[in-house]
Amino acid sequence: MSESTQNMEQPPTALQRFKASHFWHSFKVDRVAQLSFLIFLMYAVLAISASLIAPFDPYDASQIDIMNSEIPPSWEEGGEGNFLLGTDAQGRDMLSTILYGTRVSLMIGLCAVALQALLGIVIGLTAGYIGGRVDSFLMRIADIQLSFSTLMVAIIVLAVFQATFGTELYQQLAMIMLILVIGIAEWPQYARTIRASVLAEKKKEYVDAARVMGFGRLRIMFRHILPNTLSPILVISTVQIANAIISEASLSFLGLGMPVSQPSLGSLISSGFEYIFSGAWWITVIPGVVLIVLVLVMNLLGDWMRDVLNPKLYKG
Amino acid sequence: MIAFFVKRFFQAVVVMFIISLISFSIQDNLGDPLRELVGQAVSEEERQALREEMGLNDPFFVQYVRFAKKAVQGDLGDSYFFKKPAFEVIMKKLPATLELVFGATIIIILFSVPIGVYSAINPQSWFSKTVMGLSIVGISIPVFLTAIGLIYLFAIELNWLPSYGRGDTSNVMGWETGLLSADGLKHLILPSFTLASIMLPLFIRLIRAEMMEVLQSEYVKFAWAKGISPRRIYFVHALKNTMLPVITVGGVQIGTMVAYTILTETVFQWPGMGFLFLEAVNRVDTPLIVAYLIVVGAIFVVTNTLVDLIYGLVNPTVNLAGKK
Repeated sequence: MSESTQNMEQPPTALQRFKASHFWHSFKVDRVAQLSFLIFLMYAVLAISASLIAPFDPYDASQIDIMNSEIPPSWEEGGEGNFLLGTDAQGRDMLSTILYGTRVSLMIGLCAVALQALLGIVIGLTAGYIGGRVDSFLMRIADIQLSFSTLMVAIIVLAVFQATFGTELYQQLAMIMLILVIGIAEWPQYARTIRASVLAEKKKEYVDAARVMGFGRLRIMFRHILPNTLSPILVISTVQIANAIISEASLSFLGLGMPVSQPSLGSLISSGFEYIFSGAWWITVIPGVVLIVLVLVMNLLGDWMRDVLNPKLYKG
Repeated sequence: MIAFFVKRFFQAVVVMFIISLISFSIQDNLGDPLRELVGQAVSEEERQALREEMGLNDPFFVQYVRFAKKAVQGDLGDSYFFKKPAFEVIMKKLPATLELVFGATIIIILFSVPIGVYSAINPQSWFSKTVMGLSIVGISIPVFLTAIGLIYLFAIELNWLPSYGRGDTSNVMGWETGLLSADGLKHLILPSFTLASIMLPLFIRLIRAEMMEVLQSEYVKFAWAKGISPRRIYFVHALKNTMLPVITVGGVQIGTMVAYTILTETVFQWPGMGFLFLEAVNRVDTPLIVAYLIVVGAIFVVTNTLVDLIYGLVNPTVNLAGKK
């Protein structure tokens, strides 16, 4: 029997194809990528199960005792065993607050990037596939939006909303507002990349074939072209998540993001900043390190993916 | 060429128009100017009469035109808190912010060019590899943590540098500057390094990548074959072509730096525009918020337009018609 008939009998499953791919192979040899992925998984698991593993519930006021405030981590002098990483100025257990904070930060980062991707994909596909005036118009808007820094736009929008709604109502809506603002401000990143890939894909024969077969525009755009633009989407997504997490932290640090009662990593750092001068370093430093490691891991993964999925860009 | 200029200029005007429209609708919806003026003790009829007199019942568009006419003359209303024209208040704080951006720019140029060029020439050396590794760590550290770290190390532990404020300033032709005294310069060091730390990794990577590409090009190979000295090749022939895209990116990033001054100024309590803006937000000082929006919007639009125009002049291959 010839090889080709054997292959015909047993088409490779998705898993087999994945195992044979360049992507999996380069992951197997790259220690940094493996370690980064492992750490990211760990963050994800800890964030999802925060309410199960955290020793205290930082949202529950009855568990907080102001007498426990500013206890140093357990290995420091004056630390207590039941507060492993110490407590913050309000007497909340740092470990629990950090676990919940990581969950908030990750959730805002992921949702904001999902929104960016959704907007960017729809706009980028439309601009690239339809072309002409629609394309020029959409890309001009993208240019203009990109020329304003995301952080600037986010600060101004959130500041105006905070001033309009008042602090109380704003704090309830903070998470949704952060996702919306970070999500909407960064769509051009996706739209531009996808448009570029669509322009390249559009000329290929399979698109012509689909058109000849009489498929509709939407079907060709989303079922045929979109799957072929996924690898650049994957690359930007990791870096965008890192950026979104940093933006969220910066906004929360300025007091425009998550409130102290429902802190993200950024608002934790912000609330600890006042105490760093009096020696209570752990309230700032520990969440700071947690934040930096999370962002660093995402950036390393993004870098690795860009090298793997974009061999053309890879230069020593 | 002229068509390109006109088109670019037109776009800038349209963007400025949109910014002013947004600013105006903020002004219109945020807070009640009447209450700021007369307080609670005035009867409803008198209020209505005053509203009519001040033109607050006019259609949106009529009010906008009135706002725009004043805005063009630099009149953006009085700040509720300072009781002075908002534009004047902003302009008084502008030098502090610009000096911060200026300090950061100097630091970026001084560090990124030599490091970027060196690591492009010797990509395999341990120094280049360390720099590349550190640059990704640098990108991952949020700017306010850099600031806190620097304050902790240099202001609290070592006690070398002041951690907040501007220190001594002197007045040079209406420009409040901290650049002329040792104390003012000392105060500038930490904030400038903080602000520079955002862009530094980006520029080192950019210069390295561009330089490596240029070093592969035909004309550099030809220069080697001609026997020109390495120093001349690297710094005269290669660096010139490396800097073109770097300058473009740099121009755009100046706008971004203005945004990041808000964070830097907050941590260091630097008395600039960004710090003022956050205070204005907390006090719901609408005219000041609007004034900041327009001034910063103008800075963005002007730098971006200038960068585009300069790029169009310097690089003849840019598509001047502005069409795709």
